[in-house]
Amino acid sequence: MKTVSLTIDGKEIKAPGGESVLWAALDSSIYIPHLCARHDNSAPDASCRLCWVEIEGRLKPVTACTETVAEGMVVNTRGAAALRLARTALELLLASNVVDCANCARSGACELQKIAAHLKVKLKTRRFKKILRNLEVDSSSPLFIYDPNKCVLCGQCIRVCRQRLGIGALGFAHRGFNRRMTTFGDEPIGQSECQNCGDCVAACPTGALCFKAAAAKL
Amino acid sequence: MKATGLPGVAATFQKIKKHAQARWQELQKARAVIMVGSATCGRAAGALEVLRAFKNELKKHNLDCPVIEVGCMGHCYAEPIVIIAKPGYPSIVYQRVNPVIAQRLVREFILGDNPCLEFVLGALEENKLVPGLADFPRAQFEQKVILKNCGHIDPEDIDHYIASGGYSALVKALQLKPEQIINEVKKSGLRGRGGAGFATGEKWATCRHAPGKPRYVICNGDEGDPGAFMDRAILESDPHSVIEGMLIAGYAVGAGHGYIYVRAEYPLAVQRTRLALSQARKLNLLGKNILGGDFSFDIKLFQGSGAFVCGEETALIASLEGQAGTPSHRPPYPAVSGLEGKPTLINNVKTLAFIRHIVDKGAKWFTGIGTKNSPGTAVFALAGKVVNTGLTEVPMGTTLRQVIFDVGSGIPGGKPFKAVQIGGPSGGCLPESALDLPIDFDSLAKAGAMMGSGGMIVLDQDDCMVEIARYFLEFTQRESCGKCTFCRLGTKQMLEILSEFTRGKGKLKDLDTLTGLAEDIKAGSLCGLGRTAPNPVLTNLRYFRDEYEAHIREGRCPALMCQELIAYYIIPEKCELTCDACVGNCTVEAISSHPKKRYKIIDQEKCVKCGTCLTACPPQYNAIVKLSPPTEVPK
Ligand SMILES: Cc1cc2nc3c(=O)[nH]c(=O)nc-3n(C[C@H](O)[C@H](O)[C@H](O)COP(=O)(O)O)c2cc1C
Ligand code: SF4
Ligand code: SF4
Ligand code: FES
Repeated sequence: MKTVSLTIDGKEIKAPGGESVLWAALDSSIYIPHLCARHDNSAPDASCRLCWVEIEGRLKPVTACTETVAEGMVVNTRGAAALRLARTALELLLASNVVDCANCARSGACELQKIAAHLKVKLKTRRFKKILRNLEVDSSSPLFIYDPNKCVLCGQCIRVCRQRLGIGALGFAHRGFNRRMTTFGDEPIGQSECQNCGDCVAACPTGALCFKAAAAKL
Repeated sequence: MKATGLPGVAATFQKIKKHAQARWQELQKARAVIMVGSATCGRAAGALEVLRAFKNELKKHNLDCPVIEVGCMGHCYAEPIVIIAKPGYPSIVYQRVNPVIAQRLVREFILGDNPCLEFVLGALEENKLVPGLADFPRAQFEQKVILKNCGHIDPEDIDHYIASGGYSALVKALQLKPEQIINEVKKSGLRGRGGAGFATGEKWATCRHAPGKPRYVICNGDEGDPGAFMDRAILESDPHSVIEGMLIAGYAVGAGHGYIYVRAEYPLAVQRTRLALSQARKLNLLGKNILGGDFSFDIKLFQGSGAFVCGEETALIASLEGQAGTPSHRPPYPAVSGLEGKPTLINNVKTLAFIRHIVDKGAKWFTGIGTKNSPGTAVFALAGKVVNTGLTEVPMGTTLRQVIFDVGSGIPGGKPFKAVQIGGPSGGCLPESALDLPIDFDSLAKAGAMMGSGGMIVLDQDDCMVEIARYFLEFTQRESCGKCTFCRLGTKQMLEILSEFTRGKGKLKDLDTLTGLAEDIKAGSLCGLGRTAPNPVLTNLRYFRDEYEAHIREGRCPALMCQELIAYYIIPEKCELTCDACVGNCTVEAISSHPKKRYKIIDQEKCVKCGTCLTACPPQYNAIVKLSPPTEVPK
């Protein structure tokens, strides 16, 4: 597809036509917080609601992963309205997540830490009440531990699992606050279709999926 | 619009219509025709027992009168409703009929000549004997377009529909060019009745011109808002009107297949729609080469799982495709890329039911009803603290006051009006000062509410606005698909704050957190569910902030509704010393007599606030009251 030129945060960049604003920015080293986006041509999930940007000529902030680049587009990733939405989304995630970096194998490589630093939000945010999900930790897999209380429901693990196994061992189930990443019939991962490839663990942006070996080193 | 060409289709239909009319006339020759309103509302009130009683009693007297099940007339407060059409009399509508009354009606009216006026609601026609329904005050405000057939024809007999003019619009449409129909719908200004009020003609045009084939038409009958039952009533009472609308839509956008998505919790609607589809197919009004012409279109019925979010169009389509019913980002809109990625027209039941009338009577007729930007009529389900609960159809632009007080006959017991909740979980509560607002899509949105699907819940002084907001948030949180952050977690936080308020545990600064979060959820959610979920709270705060503050500052619930903020108290001076109704009724033995003075006292430690004592205290004494905050109870 034809290359288009656009401006993000004052920087002139080029991106292949049809690309999303999010990947165009990331490929040009401009960071926009994101958890659920994937870099293929499937329809965006648009579920994490972190990738807010402002685009000239648009009244309200939009999610960068759902916006296609256009010639001459002017994007601002640091607008007040966009940052406000991104911060609220992050604070909501943190308020319902177990935040225990000192004892987490993902610490240092965790996307939540990165996004919090970028948005200048404290990991132990106080704006919202701590409402934890109190779900059982699943250590039935020989390879990894799944702590659903640290899951942000980004769906990255589900996606790679599906790519690897065809139908996939993982999926989302239940509604509202109770929605969670789980296996068919909520059975322990060790008893599911899981083939222990570990792709999901690599794909997970948080400490929800961690290798047992890494956890043991703590 | 002038119809041209294709005489074959018209000629084929003429034969069908003649047959239907002949059957209809045959019916009028009976000694009497008995029509029992047996939609879900009627059945809940006992319509099927009444139906059986009529049949048995007729048999007993060897009378051969047709007993027909019809749909809902909208007077749900007066169910079961029966209409008896006996030659020489007007068609008389009886209310609150039970099996005993049914037997009497057979003996005295059908066999004899006593129309039993004590059970009458009204008559369908002007006459000298019984007041006509048209003379009821509410009739001045109502205008039945899509509810016209409801309760007056047998939804299980396609000939009734055809004899009353049904499928003529389809025949007319088939003789027009699709563009002509789309133009007429555009000119009519019809806006989608599924909630958002999107311009129907525009949507049809987009779908027709979107690349890709085949195209699909979907009728959205998910209807998941609490208290709404308009679409159910239409599918149960007049399913062919929706099918005809879909056929015309299919012809206009160039689709060959349609789906009617009905929630599985509507078994009667499912059953009657299925039957209607098969009857239409038998007459070749549906299927291949309809009426011998070039147009082929068939419709399948799909039973949804009854999730509120499945009413959202992208979630509905996912659910039709066998995937989880979660919404996805728009655009692309379904009209461009919907079912299986093909252009898909999705319209609400009511929207589709309007189509035949617009094709039949023209756009000008339609724009003559309602307001400039919201032409036509609106259907509302009246519920809550209102005398005449049920369905009504009024021109857009009718005021809330007219709907609640003239059509609905106001609030039971003459209590003061407090608010009206419109649009269900996406809408809002409007106060007294909004009563003279002419209702249409735009005026309601401006006031902070929403047309939604047409649920209208009337609230009086005994309803706590904080509790109402909490109730709706609990609903949206439960019904949220949980996919996106704002809706999954944001509504949970809002619900938590509101729950604290109703327990008197909130702080004033929580109000700021609540409103700030509400604004963000509106702006940040992925689909319409999350984007409208904060509306009940925001309007409520806009108009009833003092009630929130009373809960927070004083631990007081002004409506005396929030359990944890009230106490039951027996006024010693009013308590009749010889009576002990409350003592016996209290399940936790919290009430005892004063050792010396013998009036009753409630032990506040033991009291579980069930309110049984208040109901038990005889009205002549009326000695028990609710007090808020509980510290108001004298020591
Ligand atoms: C949470 C949610 C629930 C909805 N439920 C319904 C519904 O039950 N029936 C309906 O017709 N539209 C519903 N809608 C609106 C549909 O997405 C869609 O706009 C509508 O069916 C289009 O039809 P219309 O143009 O005739 O209004 C809902 C939307 C949302 C966001
Ligand atoms: S386990 Fe990790 S990758 Fe999977 S949904 Fe949760 S946060 Fe995303
Ligand atoms: S707004 Fe609510 S219902 Fe809609 S996608 Fe997000 S979580 Fe699901
Ligand atoms: S990356 Fe855009 S919504 Fe998640």
